[in-house]
Formats: sequence, C-alpha cells, structure tokens
Amino acid sequence: MAYAPTAFLAALGRPVLEYINTAGAMTLFLLSGIYHIGTSRKIWQRSLQQVYLIGSKSLFLILLIGIFCGMVLGLQGYYTLVQFGSVGMLGSAVSLTLIRELGPVLTAIMLTGRAGSSITAEIGVMRISDQIDALDVMDINSMAYLVSPRIVASLISFPLLTAIFDTIGIIGGYLTGVLMLGINQGAYFFRIQNSVTLVDVTGGFWKSLVFALIVTTVCCFQGYFTHKRRDSVGPAAVGNATTSAVVISCILILVADYILTSFLL
Amino acid sequence: MHTASWEIAFENLSLGYGERTILRDITATLPAGKISVILGGSGCGKSTLLKNIIGLHRPQQGKIWVGGKDLFDLPRAEYRRMRRHMGVLFQDGALLGALTLAQNVALPLSEHTSLPKEVIRKAAFDTLAQVGLREFGDYYPNELSGGMRKRAGLARAIIASPSILLCDEPTSGLDPITAAKMDNLLLSMKAHFADMTTVVVSHDMQSVKKIADYVLVLRDGQAVFAGSYQSLATSNDPYLQQFLHRTVEDEEQRRHEEQDPRVHAAIQDWLAS
Ligand SMILES: Nc1ncnc2c1ncn2[C@@H]1O[C@H](COP(=O)(O)OP(=O)(O)OP(=O)(O)O)[C@@H](O)[C@H]1O
Ligand SMILES: [Mg+2]
Repeated sequence: MAYAPTAFLAALGRPVLEYINTAGAMTLFLLSGIYHIGTSRKIWQRSLQQVYLIGSKSLFLILLIGIFCGMVLGLQGYYTLVQFGSVGMLGSAVSLTLIRELGPVLTAIMLTGRAGSSITAEIGVMRISDQIDALDVMDINSMAYLVSPRIVASLISFPLLTAIFDTIGIIGGYLTGVLMLGINQGAYFFRIQNSVTLVDVTGGFWKSLVFALIVTTVCCFQGYFTHKRRDSVGPAAVGNATTSAVVISCILILVADYILTSFLL
Repeated sequence: MHTASWEIAFENLSLGYGERTILRDITATLPAGKISVILGGSGCGKSTLLKNIIGLHRPQQGKIWVGGKDLFDLPRAEYRRMRRHMGVLFQDGALLGALTLAQNVALPLSEHTSLPKEVIRKAAFDTLAQVGLREFGDYYPNELSGGMRKRAGLARAIIASPSILLCDEPTSGLDPITAAKMDNLLLSMKAHFADMTTVVVSHDMQSVKKIADYVLVLRDGQAVFAGSYQSLATSNDPYLQQFLHRTVEDEEQRRHEEQDPRVHAAIQDWLAS
C-alpha cells in the first residue's frame, strides 16, 4: 500500500472519533440511568442496599485514609509554615486543602478503587453470564435495575463520605500539629473557623456530587458493555473492563476537578 | 395482546456476530402448541438462534415471525408486550447471583405484580417444587450445582405461564432420572397449556425422542432437516443417522493416533521426571 499523506491524519482521527463516540455513549448512558430513577420500582430499597455496599462498607477505608492524610498535611504544613513564622495558620492550611481539594478528590479516588471496581466486575459478570439478557427477557429494565440505584446511592454516599474524610482529616492535622508539634490548640481551631467559608464547603460538596456521577457512570458503563470490548472476551474482558473503569474514572475525576476548581475560584 | 397462535417462523434468516455469519438462510416454522427441538453440533449456533427469537440480537438478514408478527418490525412497546409472553431458560441458567433461588424464580412476579410477599414466595417455592428444588429456595445460585441452577432457571422461565417457552439444553448436565423428570415437566406443561409453544435446544437424543413433535437440525450454518421426529428417525441421511446413533466416521476416530512424535516424547519425559 502506497503511503498516503492523509494516513497520518486518519490514524490520528480514528481514536479521537472513538473517544468522542464513547464519551457521547457514556453521557447518554448516564441520562438514561437518571431517567430510570423515576421509572424504577423499589428504587429506594435498592438504592439503600447500594448505599450499604458503596458507602457503609467503605467507611473504614475513608477513616483510615482521612486520618493519615490529615496527619501528613499537619506535618508538611508545619514545616513549611515554620519557615515563615506563621505556624498559627496551620489550621486554615489543613482545613482548606482538605475541604476544597483533597477531601472530594481522594474520597472519589478511594471509592473508585473500593466500590467502583466491584460495580464494574459485578455488572460485567452479569453481562457475560447472560444475566442482563435474562433481566431484559423478563421485561425488567436492566438500567433501572442495575444502574439507577447505584447512581442514587453514589449521590448519597460520596458527599457524606467526603464530609467524614474532611472532618477526620482535620482531626489528623490536629494530632500532628497540636499534640505532636505543639501548636496552640485554640489557634488551630480558631484559624479553621476563621478561614473556612460556606462557599468552600458547598464547592467541595458540588465536586463530590460530580465525582459520584463520573465514577458510577464510568464503572457501570464499562461493566454493562463488557461484551462489546474488542480487546478480550469472557472473564478476561471483565478484568480489562475493571481496569479501564478505574483508570478512566481517576483521570476524569482529576480533569473534572481542574475544571470545577477553575470555575469555583 | 391476543394472538390466536404462538407460531414461530423464520424467513430466509441469516444471523451471526459482527461480520461473521453463523447461520444462513434458514426458513422454517416451529408449530404453535407443540414442542420443537433444535438439534445441531456444539457451536453451530443454536443458542444464537434462540437469542434472536427473543429479540436480543438482530438477524443479519431475513425475518422472524412470532405469533404472526414480524419481531423486528414491532414498535418498542408492543415488542416488550410480546416479550412478556416468553419464558427463557438460558444455557447456563443466568440466575442473578445476588438473589436466592426463590427470589430469582419470583422475579417476574415481584417485579410486575403487586401481590403480597407471602403469596409470591409461596408461588416461587411451588414452582421450585416442580423442578425438585423446594428445599433449596433459600440458597444462592453459586451454592448449587450446574444442573440445579439449570432447573431453577427453568422454574423462573415457567412461573409467569409463558405462551412461548424457550429452553437452551434443559437436560444437559442432569442425571438420567432428573432429565426424565424435566422431560415429563415439559410434556405436562404442554398438556396443561394447550397453546404454549415450546422450543428446546438439545443434544440428548433420548429426551428428543420423548418430547419432540417437530425437529430442526442445523449443520454448518444451514438447516439440514425440518420435520417430525418420525421422519427424522427414518431418514437415511448419513449425518442425521450419526446424530441419532452417536457414531462418527472412522476417519475422525483415527485422528488422535497420529500424534506428533515430538509431543509424544515430551509427554513421556515429563511423566518420567
Ligand atoms: N458473543 C459472541 N460473540 C461472537 N461470537 C459468538 C458469541 N457467542 C457465540 N459466538 C460464536 O457463535 C457460534 C455459535 O455459538 P452458539 O453459542 O450459538 O453455539 P451453540 O450451538 O449453542 O453451541 P453449544 O451446543 O455448545 O451450546 C460459535 O462458533 C461461537 O464462536
Ligand atoms: Mg448453546
């Protein structure tokens, strides 16, 4: 085959088109999932069950990550601030970092690993073992049965776990900053009260809602279309779908975080 | 929806996955109110054909008529209504792993009716009893054997009294006694629901002999036989006779003798080590 000067463009264009295609499909998937919240029977019962699986079961992990994250922030913050003689600002540094950025982002990334991957694997296995087809045959809408409850559950779990992460992180900062390094306790909490505004809190809250939608959409989508993968079939496809789901979710979380931050600031 | 007869007809049907065609140009009519058996070698496309009848895949060409209606030409809402009349047993049961057997079997009722819980539960256990699984209602699918899952899948397929019952290998993986019970169940359902059309994919010739009113044989992507069991049994087509009597041509039998000597030597080495 002769080399065509357009071959390069074609090679560039094809994957780009594919990405745009997938992005569109995912958006429609999300909209369909949201629409079926309204049509689904027993949506609350099923969502509650998912809140347990996505939210409640991840609580310990979030506590653990949160406390260490806060402790590290306390340490790092202290050694940076001490150079400027302003260790009193530690409370505000720790709390703003957590509430604006690290809380929503780290919670979402942890939940992707903890809950998102298992969502993809579960739905993927259901796909390759005909269970989703069986739902369709029984005239049970598989979007309403599988995806909508998970969207609701994530919208509930992500903000709550983010709030817990923030709180426990601030306590972590207290442990290192105040108890270990001896900053004045009053100053630590006064600075938090003084510098955190409602806008910071709602900003973090919005972020966690957006991340919840991203993670559930990507993870459900990857599982739901396991059989359409071109790289593999069967159990291997479930494995690859899970990997893709986690990778894509994490990338999208960070991209969305950047976009949201630039709007919120 | 009132359809006088739930006949299933294929018209020049070609189907497959992506570019690959698996069955081509099938024309046949599976009679209403009877048990039709689809026979064919492993991997010849029987399950694929079944998935097309349900409407899960679109054929590459041709039409499927169900109850006198073109399945792929129906408006979405009517297609869904049509599908409610179908009960399907998938090849591997396709039970939902997150639910117990009783919950699985009850799904069509618990999703589409507002019957009280106890009524639904009782109906589920009664249907499980028909397939000999009453004691296992509270087990999860993964705690059961393949044959048990299959029987539970059959229970789920029949709980809503379907007009069309599609079974993918209902007796494979079952012992002869349980398999015979499944045959009897299918026969008694046929007697009970006079206009129920049953389509069974099977390899089990004894079962076919017992239940089949109509047989469709697939081979190399084509329908090589369609007709009553009697005419199948008396046919003198060599392939059909092989299928009936479980014989293979000598040529195929001799093949494993010609093992590569290197492979043979390597295996001997490994066994001796
Ligand atoms: N999801 C799929 N994507 C692509 N090809 C498939 C898919 N499922 C099945 N096939 C192919 O279609 C062919 C027919 O498969 P099918 O499952 O219909 O066979 P079968 O007649 O039911 O076999 P068995 O008796 O072993 O169940 C096989 O060759 C298989 O490779
Ligand atoms: Mg099959």
